[in-house]
Amino acid sequence: MLSITSRAFWSKYGMLAIGLIIVGTMTLAAIFSPVISPFDPDALNLDAILQPPSWAHLMGTDALGRDVFSRMLHGARISLWVGFVAVGISISIGLVLGLVAGYFRGWVDETIMRFVDVMLCFPSFFLILSVIAFLEPSLINIMIVIGLTSWMGVARLVRAETLTLRERDFVAASRLAGASSTRIIAHHILPNALAPVLVSATLGVAGAILTESALSFLGLGVQPPTASWGNMLLEGKQVLEIAPWLSMFPGCAILVTVLGYNLLGESLRDILDPRLKQ
Amino acid sequence: MEHVPASAITPSVILRRILYRVCKKLGMTVLILFGITVISFWVIHLAPGSPTDLQTTLNPQVGAASRARLERLYGLDQPVHVQYYRWVKRIVQFDFGKSMSGDNRPVWDKIKERMPLTIGMNVASLILTLLFAIPIGIGAAYYQGQWFDKASTVFVFIGFAMPGFWLALLLMLYFGIYLQWLPISGLTSLDYDNLSFWGKAGDLAKHLAMPVFIYTFGSLAGMSRFMRSSMLEVLRQDFILTAKAKGLPLHSVIYKHALRNALLPVITILGLSIPSLIGGSVIIESIFALPGLGQLFYTSVLARDYPMIMGNLVLGAVLTLAGNMIADLCYGLADPRIRNTGGGA
Repeated sequence: MLSITSRAFWSKYGMLAIGLIIVGTMTLAAIFSPVISPFDPDALNLDAILQPPSWAHLMGTDALGRDVFSRMLHGARISLWVGFVAVGISISIGLVLGLVAGYFRGWVDETIMRFVDVMLCFPSFFLILSVIAFLEPSLINIMIVIGLTSWMGVARLVRAETLTLRERDFVAASRLAGASSTRIIAHHILPNALAPVLVSATLGVAGAILTESALSFLGLGVQPPTASWGNMLLEGKQVLEIAPWLSMFPGCAILVTVLGYNLLGESLRDILDPRLKQ
Repeated sequence: MEHVPASAITPSVILRRILYRVCKKLGMTVLILFGITVISFWVIHLAPGSPTDLQTTLNPQVGAASRARLERLYGLDQPVHVQYYRWVKRIVQFDFGKSMSGDNRPVWDKIKERMPLTIGMNVASLILTLLFAIPIGIGAAYYQGQWFDKASTVFVFIGFAMPGFWLALLLMLYFGIYLQWLPISGLTSLDYDNLSFWGKAGDLAKHLAMPVFIYTFGSLAGMSRFMRSSMLEVLRQDFILTAKAKGLPLHSVIYKHALRNALLPVITILGLSIPSLIGGSVIIESIFALPGLGQLFYTSVLARDYPMIMGNLVLGAVLTLAGNMIADLCYGLADPRIRNTGGGA
């Protein structure tokens, strides 16, 4: 057992610890944002517009006098929602298609994998933007579209795992005992293929948060007055010269959160799959 | 691939193999192209909004009759499969139709005039990326676990997490507003036309410095990480041990034996990075108001310009496909192991 103060502990689990701290803090901030927020995130206060950070307004106020700190907390909520729902969708699609393709092989596999190839040819941001523009940008549409355009990696991963798992003895034993395909997939293959999926889900949350903020920054994501880090940056850009702090806090939040999920994902990869560790 | 004894490999066998591979690749490509067109078409026609909405809702005097006339004009009154058939028939002749926004110009013309800027910026940043990523990757692999490796790992993680548009805002704030060194938007200054040749070049360089830097920063993290793991992989191989054992100087082992092999997979990664470069151009070009493909796509999305969006989407996907195929081909040419065994796949 490594002591928490030892150097060895930190060189082994340092990334994991930092990742967990960041992700944990952001999750708590998102969950408890209604309690922590000192102000209503959408409340206008025209007597206090564009105030620099102070004790009353920790991160200052924006062009409509709204408290930036409260809006940041609300933005954490949006990011968390988008990250989890979008990844939930992409993991579900990727798991099902990957399991089916890898288990049944043959023309089923061929069809699914060619579909994956086709989807991978699209610059995904182009695809997302065109769909969003037609569907009217809204939180739910963004989550769905990000999920629908990011499952291909998971499908390939799960297929590869399934291809090797289905040849293992315990699967053959289960088949001889008369188990149905559905049962073999659900009880024997799925649980064994989950570890790499967990890693790619964690990294996927980071990707979804980045995509949502980019969309909102282009004005095609979460619509004002709802606060998201991306649209706060868009509003900050318009007053970049007179109120630069409006462009600092949301950007930092995106950077740190994405960093946290990436650190967590990479260290999970090292722990779950020691073969890949270098 | 079935096993063939070495004596049976005659030129005609090799030719037949190559022909088989080319046909298979071509067939697959046609299939993927078909998939690309179907998906783009399906995506855009599923949406509830109609392009005629924009022209009609803005104008309350437009009645049902003229709306129907507009829809007939664009062929929107036909069933979807007929519209698809007509559209594919035209795009194989490079006719993407006419833009629905204001100027009514052919889509292909508008795309063509925007392409040089976007491709130019991407090529410039790819060259810069490789110039920095290769030495960083070699260094990190060679000094694995030491301070250089650790520092580059920190840089890589920050690079992965940095939103490009935020970096753009920070640079605009510092170099554009605070120091006033670089212009924060557009491609040229107001007096561009009166400048000498070198004046023009300098003006363009000033306007493009920040965008190209952001592109480069965006791909540097991934590329140097990739170079590092590719180099580590090669350094573990037996022939490196042999080279070291026979007493070759270190730089010769690294640069002659290891680097050449470590560079091979980079070709594939270059091909794979095309879609994200195309996607990234939307954000960077709209922040800096640069008249490239990304900005064209962004404005056509806002205007629901059907033919324009379809043209861009299909073109983006076809460029990606072409990039992957070229990368495949180059990889085959560069790696004799793949060249002689018939593609591995």
